[in-house]
Amino acid sequence: MIDKKDVEYSADLAHLKLSEEEKELYTEQIAKIFDYVEKLNELDTEDVVPTAYTVPMKNVMREDKVEESLDREKSLANAPDKKEGQFRVPKIMSE
Amino acid sequence: MSTKYETVIGLEVHVQLSTKSKIFCGCSTEFGKAPNINTCPVCLGLPGSLPVLNKKVVDYAMLAGMALSCDIAEYSKFDRKNYFYPDLAKAYQISQFDLPIAENGNIEIETDNGIFNIGVTRVHLEEDAGKLVHEGSIDKSEASLVDYNRSGVPLIEIVSEPDIRTPAQAKAYLTELKLILEYLEISDCNMEEGSLRCDANVSLRPEGQKEFGTKAELKNMNSFSAVEKGLEYEVKRQQKLLDEGQVVVQETRTWDEDLNKTISMRGKEEAHDYRYFPDPDLLPLEINQSWKKEIRERLPELPREKYKRFISEFSLPAYDAGVITGNREMAEFFETVLKDYNDPKNISNWMMGEFLRLLNENNEGPYDSGVSPENLSKMLKMIDEDVISGKIAKKVFEIMYESGKDPEKIVEEEGLKQISDEDELESLVDQIIAANPDAVEDIKNGKDRAIGFLVGQIMKETRGKANPGLVNQMLRDKLMD
Repeated sequence: MIDKKDVEYSADLAHLKLSEEEKELYTEQIAKIFDYVEKLNELDTEDVVPTAYTVPMKNVMREDKVEESLDREKSLANAPDKKEGQFRVPKIMSE
Repeated sequence: MSTKYETVIGLEVHVQLSTKSKIFCGCSTEFGKAPNINTCPVCLGLPGSLPVLNKKVVDYAMLAGMALSCDIAEYSKFDRKNYFYPDLAKAYQISQFDLPIAENGNIEIETDNGIFNIGVTRVHLEEDAGKLVHEGSIDKSEASLVDYNRSGVPLIEIVSEPDIRTPAQAKAYLTELKLILEYLEISDCNMEEGSLRCDANVSLRPEGQKEFGTKAELKNMNSFSAVEKGLEYEVKRQQKLLDEGQVVVQETRTWDEDLNKTISMRGKEEAHDYRYFPDPDLLPLEINQSWKKEIRERLPELPREKYKRFISEFSLPAYDAGVITGNREMAEFFETVLKDYNDPKNISNWMMGEFLRLLNENNEGPYDSGVSPENLSKMLKMIDEDVISGKIAKKVFEIMYESGKDPEKIVEEEGLKQISDEDELESLVDQIIAANPDAVEDIKNGKDRAIGFLVGQIMKETRGKANPGLVNQMLRDKLMD
């Protein structure tokens, strides 16, 4: 069963800050989704290979050829902060 | 009194594959470019971009898997490893989770204590991350600068079984693994440039206990000796904790080369939950028999096999075989010389001596030098046929190394031909006898060693060109009848 702790844990992993109301709401909603998915367990899937892909394609590859990269100005164009041709990001280590 | 502990080590090695373009996009993998020059929407993780797998990366990973005696997967896929860290713009790394490209292999290693077989759990494909430069120190810095040139460079991660029992074995495992990858020519394996990186899991357990003890994960060991030293330090640290009745904490520790110790990396201790799931932007890999066959045919003779064959086939001492097969080009060079000149030990003496000395001095490989296998065999024959002496040969070899000239030509041009003609030496021998009455007296009184002195004088006069055996014989004939 899904409880509030699971929701808090998932929110934490996703770096989401949830209000108490949201936590209650999502706990209920996610629990419903899980119940629904539980239905699959009623089927015998012993001989079914886990499905990772739904499109019937495989081995789509390219040759090892260098293509032109993006102009650096463009690469950095949307960066909120930049310095010396690099992306500048806020401090990483938190307490 | 104190319990005896057994060390348990497992290694995770990341190897950069030497393709021209990245794993999922056409950006160049060239090292040392200005920041963010080799970037595009795919490796910057821009919305709407789609990764397309580089075939050569798969070929190389299969080659590595086969060389490590792994089973190659018939069906393999890519998964997203989710984490928040700005070294990857997408907030996930494309890696492989439950269906890696290769599994269940092993590497045979040799240390002073014998031969060991170390299991290889798996080989999987993944993309490398970008490089972060922190403004100030990592714990005090307010911001970091990110260069995504390395983001998307192809890697294989090779995970060993926890079969390693000593730091020396760990070093031997790494050395052998690096050599295998060099033989395959799929990576330049340069630890300083980061194209080969090693993390280690280390734990201790009381001897005889089956369960593993609590492990520490060691990072940031940037050379083979750092791996060995880091592990040695860590084993001692854990031993001390256990002896004092304390517990080992499961954590990541970094090796500090300057302080010569491992340091806990606080702040990275939150439990890892990467929430792997199949990457829906990519498609599965199905590797059929004909693809495997094609790759298997490219597999060269591996260093360990070559080493054993050099001992059995050419009767080389184990040490020689180790040095010569310690570099694929050296081994090839050796066998090419051998085609025209059938004295393996003599070739290995020259290769391990003069040749290796000059190669190391110039930081070159055998084929970068002026010496060709054909010319080396020619020179060795000239020694055997008394055209030049062994001593002169060293001079010829040096000139050959610099100029790439034919040794016969060098001998001719430099006038280095050995004088093996009695008539030519006769008058010089007489001169030397006349000039050294004391030595002659000694010889007549039975002091055999004085002959050596006279031979030396003649060699000096001829600048090493006289045939020393012949000179010796001539002196004996003249003085001891």
